[in-house]
Amino acid sequence: MELEDISMYFGKVTALSGVNLKIRKGEIHSVIGPNGAGKTVMMNIINGLYHPQEGNIYYKGQRINHLSPHARAKLGLARTFQKVEVFGGMTVLDNIRLGRHIHFKSGIVSGAWYLGKTAREEIEHRRFIEEEIIDLLEIEQIRHKPVGMLPYGLQKRVELGRALALEPELLILDEPLAGLNLEEVEDMARFILDVNEEKRWKVTCLLVEHDMGVVMDLSKHVFVLNFGNMIIDGTPDEVQNNPEVIKAYLGEEDLYATRR
Amino acid sequence: MQHEDKTTAESTSISKELTIPKLFLEKANHYGKGRVAMREKEYGIWLPITWEDYLQNVKYIALGLVSLGLEKGDKVSMIGDNRPEGLWAEMAALCAGGIGVWLFQDCLIEEVRYIIDHSDTKFLFGEGQEEVDKALSIFNECPKLKKIIWDDAKGMRNYDQDYLISLKEVMQLGRELEQEQPNLFEELIQNGTGEEVALLFYTSGTTSAPKGALLSHNNMLTMGQHLMAVDPCKDTDDYVSYLPFAWIGEQMMSISCGLQIGYTINFPESPATAQENIREIGPHVMFAPPRMYEEMTRLVQVKYLDASWIKRKFFEISSKIGYHVANLNFEKKPVPAFWRLLEWLAYISVQKKLKDHLGLSRVRNAYTGGAAMGPDHFRFFHAMGVNLKQIYGQTEVAGISVVHRSGDIKFDTVGHPIPGTEIKITEEGEIITRSPSVFLGYYKNPEATEKALQDGWLYSDDKGFLDEDGHLVVFDRTKDVFTLSDGKPFSPQYMETRLKFSPYIKDSWVIGDKQPYITAVLCIDYKVVGKWADDKKLNYTSYPELSQKPEVYELVEKQIQEANQDLPGPAKVVKFTNLYKELDADDDELTRTRKLRRAFVTKRYEDIVNALYGDQDTVHIDTTINYEDGRQAHIKTDMQIITIQK
Repeated sequence: MELEDISMYFGKVTALSGVNLKIRKGEIHSVIGPNGAGKTVMMNIINGLYHPQEGNIYYKGQRINHLSPHARAKLGLARTFQKVEVFGGMTVLDNIRLGRHIHFKSGIVSGAWYLGKTAREEIEHRRFIEEEIIDLLEIEQIRHKPVGMLPYGLQKRVELGRALALEPELLILDEPLAGLNLEEVEDMARFILDVNEEKRWKVTCLLVEHDMGVVMDLSKHVFVLNFGNMIIDGTPDEVQNNPEVIKAYLGEEDLYATRR
Repeated sequence: MQHEDKTTAESTSISKELTIPKLFLEKANHYGKGRVAMREKEYGIWLPITWEDYLQNVKYIALGLVSLGLEKGDKVSMIGDNRPEGLWAEMAALCAGGIGVWLFQDCLIEEVRYIIDHSDTKFLFGEGQEEVDKALSIFNECPKLKKIIWDDAKGMRNYDQDYLISLKEVMQLGRELEQEQPNLFEELIQNGTGEEVALLFYTSGTTSAPKGALLSHNNMLTMGQHLMAVDPCKDTDDYVSYLPFAWIGEQMMSISCGLQIGYTINFPESPATAQENIREIGPHVMFAPPRMYEEMTRLVQVKYLDASWIKRKFFEISSKIGYHVANLNFEKKPVPAFWRLLEWLAYISVQKKLKDHLGLSRVRNAYTGGAAMGPDHFRFFHAMGVNLKQIYGQTEVAGISVVHRSGDIKFDTVGHPIPGTEIKITEEGEIITRSPSVFLGYYKNPEATEKALQDGWLYSDDKGFLDEDGHLVVFDRTKDVFTLSDGKPFSPQYMETRLKFSPYIKDSWVIGDKQPYITAVLCIDYKVVGKWADDKKLNYTSYPELSQKPEVYELVEKQIQEANQDLPGPAKVVKFTNLYKELDADDDELTRTRKLRRAFVTKRYEDIVNALYGDQDTVHIDTTINYEDGRQAHIKTDMQIITIQK
């Protein structure tokens, strides 16, 4: 995944100016920056919700500027949102199943009759969802509960589950830890590591997060953004010692201390 | 009244030669592929494991252990949730001539270290990362420990210590060994005799460090045979295994009885889904400590409070009918046809659904034991039409020695001895037992063995008596019995269980030995009282705050007044206070089976005890508590001392 000289304007406001980002396969790459730095805009560009005015987006060497979000999803791009965007009235299982929808190949006719191919397909997908995702995220006990009734921490997990159902190669996590308590943060961090390292998954992750402790521990590379400009893109050590980063976070130095 | 217990014709006769592995081999060959030995819910589906699968798995694990260097008499420890692999590991250890040791899944590192070290464990089976982490942190302190075996690969990818090995690898070693010596497994099994030690079982110990009880194959097998002679089970029955294997009751049901009858053992998907999974299976037999039944009672009581008016009325009427019929049954009076009809109506309208929700719809016999159960809870289940029976037993008799017989149930007794068991009361009022299931002694503790075993009798340290019908009544632990202000003995446990019948009270601790009056320290049920406070629009942020609200004190006082009813004056609770935290096994306040460690709490909360017997209105608390995740919190609060209004 590569972003090349991306610029994005909303009217006269420059959200991103000439940003370059290269995400290497198999890594956890984090994006940090103060509020309003343009992190979520960047995610939306990668995901296809926004189309930048300037610059190129490459995915596996292919230029994907023109592709819509669902086309990008088919290529293996999945994301979670800063504020959970789950279907509250549906059960956990149904929410996760939705993420799988894109992989159904049988047509409308056989689907309507639910014969042969469709039934077989569904059983196969079910295996994947039940055995791999629900087991990985340890949400067996809430499988049949409507998501709207669940506490926030579990909703976040369900959202991650739905993104995983896509079997993505690149997973965009927009503040997966925001609003979670310490125990939930630990669980979620473990799941992210599992998804990234476990042989079965090997998902490349793009992580947007404010929790510096977790970011520095998990990431291979950290990209720092401030008012649409890149400050540095380097290893956690380089980033922590960069004077400009410290300046951007000046007065917020406590952030480094939290949860460390 | 004496009971003629029918021994079924096919029941296994237990010779001195018979061991658990021999019986296992016989059953597995008998049932083979055709019958399901156990089921585990995984990935949302109940996956069956036939007797043949069971045998194959045990065989390769056993041979794998031998190839890793297990010798006869070596200890093999197991820790983890209830799952087939746990039972396989135990059976494999026994087949290979080893001795099984179980640890509670939630044991703290210090407890794990003590047991692993004290038992001289050579191999430790852990479930996954959590257990392996515990084992790794104590590995250097336990020189006898050779290998740590795990079976859940989740999170294990970065562990590469050479003393770690996966269950799959162990089984592969077993397969290789079988190639070389195809008859080894059978030979190992034939090698054992019934009098050898099978299990080293650590008792939870309310006073001291855990003691390791040595149980032979014969102890375990006779136990199962005698219980099954009283209440026979069928090999088509279902049983759900969800309580810790480190509790003797679970061993009795899964190994002693399960193996002899051959019923199917079902394992829930995860501890959190146990209640749901029990409902799906609908077991025929159930054995759980009182706290499980207390939880069910509380669940029903809370749902009742939440239900609509019409549902509440239905429940009230049907439980009135239920209580009436249950009382007639307790008194052994015939139930008139009219009441039978009403009972049937209550059954189809309410009880059937209720039992289904609790997973009790197919239960023929439900047992409770391991601690005292209050008569109120007990009657509650009978009023619902559940054949709940009390048992009395201990780890040292490999399970139980006394049980209620169907149709002869009294809620304040524990029933008659099972076949082959003699019960006597000594002059001091102590209950002593003699049976083939009485254990061999404590491991590395001759003094305790000498105290507990005298001339073949097991001294229980429990006070009790036999009533006019020959039922055993267990009063309390000898050292716990109180002397009241009028000189009479009093069982604090009895009062504690009565208090716990209230859905608002989770734990209780009654004080007052040789004191002018009785007092109590109570722990509210955070969930239930929290809900109650929400409804009343009371603000609170935490357990310490909620527990100290004046309204909550009023609520608790009402519960105590109810429990105080129909008790003689000196036995009534006079003063009480709400504790600012819940009692917890991790803080050593409870044992792992949730029994109160009286001596410990008395020492720890000395200030509170003093205040209850002084003339203060409040106790100031200034302390630091540790959370499970390692955080510490400073707590500063004032606990009220309330005198109960007459």
